[in-house]
Amino acid sequence: MSILVDASTKVMVQGITGHFGAQHTRLSLAYGTKIVAGVVPGKGGHLFDEKVPIFNTVAEAKRETGANVSVIFVPPAFAADAIMEAIDADLDLVVCITEGIPVRDMIMVKRAIEGRRTKLIGPNCPGIVTPGDGKDSYGGCRIGIAPGYIHKKGHIGVASRSGTLTYEAVWQLTSRGVGQSTCVGIGGDPVHGLSHLDVVKLFNEDPDTHGIIIIGEIGGTSEEEVAEWIKHNCKKPVAAFVAGSTAPPGRRMGHAGAIISGGRGTAAAKIAAFKEAGVAVAPTPADIADTLLKIM
Amino acid sequence: MNIHEHQAKKLLSEHGVPVPPGEVCTTPEEARAVAGKLFGLGYRRVIIKSQIHAGGRGKGVFKNGKRGGVKVCKNLAEVYINAKNMLGNVLVTKQTGPEGKLVRKVLVEAGLDVQQELYVGVVLDRAIGRPVMITCREGGMDIEEVAARNPQSIIREVIDPAIGFMPYQARRILLGLGLRNELLQPAVKLLQGVYRTWWECEATLVEINPLHVFQQADGQQSLIAVDGKVVLDDNALFRHPELLELRDYDEESPLEVEASNYNLNYIKLNGNIACLVNGAGLAMATMDIIKYYGGEPANFLDVGGGASPEQVSAAFKIIASDPNVKAILVNIFGGIMQCDIIANGIIAAVNEHHLKIPIVVRLEGNKSDIAKKLLAESGLNLINATTMADAGEKVVRVASRQQHLTAATA
Repeated sequence: MSILVDASTKVMVQGITGHFGAQHTRLSLAYGTKIVAGVVPGKGGHLFDEKVPIFNTVAEAKRETGANVSVIFVPPAFAADAIMEAIDADLDLVVCITEGIPVRDMIMVKRAIEGRRTKLIGPNCPGIVTPGDGKDSYGGCRIGIAPGYIHKKGHIGVASRSGTLTYEAVWQLTSRGVGQSTCVGIGGDPVHGLSHLDVVKLFNEDPDTHGIIIIGEIGGTSEEEVAEWIKHNCKKPVAAFVAGSTAPPGRRMGHAGAIISGGRGTAAAKIAAFKEAGVAVAPTPADIADTLLKIM
Repeated sequence: MNIHEHQAKKLLSEHGVPVPPGEVCTTPEEARAVAGKLFGLGYRRVIIKSQIHAGGRGKGVFKNGKRGGVKVCKNLAEVYINAKNMLGNVLVTKQTGPEGKLVRKVLVEAGLDVQQELYVGVVLDRAIGRPVMITCREGGMDIEEVAARNPQSIIREVIDPAIGFMPYQARRILLGLGLRNELLQPAVKLLQGVYRTWWECEATLVEINPLHVFQQADGQQSLIAVDGKVVLDDNALFRHPELLELRDYDEESPLEVEASNYNLNYIKLNGNIACLVNGAGLAMATMDIIKYYGGEPANFLDVGGGASPEQVSAAFKIIASDPNVKAILVNIFGGIMQCDIIANGIIAAVNEHHLKIPIVVRLEGNKSDIAKKLLAESGLNLINATTMADAGEKVVRVASRQQHLTAATA
């Protein structure tokens, strides 16, 4: 078991012929992920790498291949349109990797997805990985840009706003022989799809997830929100790390959403909320895995 | 992207928000001429406002000892002397940091008879992903302070982006603020203008603090935006070339401008340990671990997921040009990116820029074994670290030793 995606998930890639999209499609195929379609308007009828059929629209790709999950690699100016097309086609899940989408576009996407069946991960995220059984976790479902080989099939769920910091935490687990059920990068933008809370709720319900790692950072209130829920509802051990204790207020720390504004969104407030909720907080990014393993 | 007050007011004015008459000036003579025109129109007071990208100007202090980055003047002599005291001088406010900011321009504006000060702002409510208009009867104050002290005084109106900001929402706010009936109609128009500025310019913040209720010459009350702040969404500027022109490079740190030319995310800080990291989250976490071991980070630097050797070289040049830097920590998690490419980038950069500062390198992930070998065989003075904890501990130790050496030789 896992959450959101598994080895049988059929995936389409929006923007499969771009440099970045093509590179990561090849890596996902090499990982054993079922990439069954590409979507590039105007290139319908062609094949990607002589094996993956390309369609003009998301709806057509879904109808012809049965893919119900999409990953988006299109440039920022066109990303909102791509997400909305996937929502309109009633896909189950859309994972948007694109960084740099205007906030106003994401406000409209958030409005468009209300009441629809589609779930959105990202944007500005590394994607989602459910590790497989094979060597270097081969045979799993890798959607996005995370390195597949750092994973190992197992029972820890990871929910994070970061990319490389997630890899760091996952690698700490794998190096200690501890595997993961699913790792979800929810993204670093201020307006995005699934929140920490949405993902933690899914992990809480997943019988195969035995412990949860949350990686947060400064900005917004996503960490406080999930902490409050965990306090009253979560049955599984949870460890957390919050990046940005040393970040100066009023500056955007790389991620568009990582900013302390008006004294709000500080790491100190988030760490306090986690501790108050009984979550084990890692004192440094080097202790993320050990902090969880100690309480398991 | 931050813009100046006078630029923000121009945008607001273009969207139907009334602002006081005035002009931007770069010399005291110009300021006196503009003030002369305003006095000639019958205004009894003129306000001189330093134009810098920082708040708290009114209570700021100039490095020349003069107080106040905003001054009310009753005659031309006062205008001249105040403009002279501001222009070309460095203003320190609670938001500028101790180094302050050089005032290159002043806004010379008509002063009005204030009857009431209000606060109006539009921001993104991140929890729900919608814009929200925030208003308050206590204008002219720090809104965060008011919200903490007297939360009931804040009126919030969430806006449905698909529908826009409706007049009834504006009326609900205005009646909540206790505005008189005669002001209702122009005030609705004003609030709609504030929202349209936020939406059409793709701002992340529009703030009028204070919005003044004032008495016109005919005795009628009227509303005017006495201060204006607009922060624009960097990611949306590609479709607003006219707004991109408002960027003022003088207000940005030269190192940060240089970094942005190489697509590097760099923020200068006040410590002595520079860091070079791939990924924003890991970069923040690296700063945190430096602090955890008792050091102070000199910068935030994210070279991105797929950094090229050119970017790594540029990054080294930028962080090493900060004179406070006593040690450098390189922390790379090679996911898809190959550590050997980074290692070669480090070796090339150290040789090219003749770096003498101790460098602690922690490379983990893809091809890290080859990378470590390359670094060991390079003959350079590089300190290898295995984990983030090891790296943090080592870099803090070498930085403090280096700091002592510098102090001893000085």
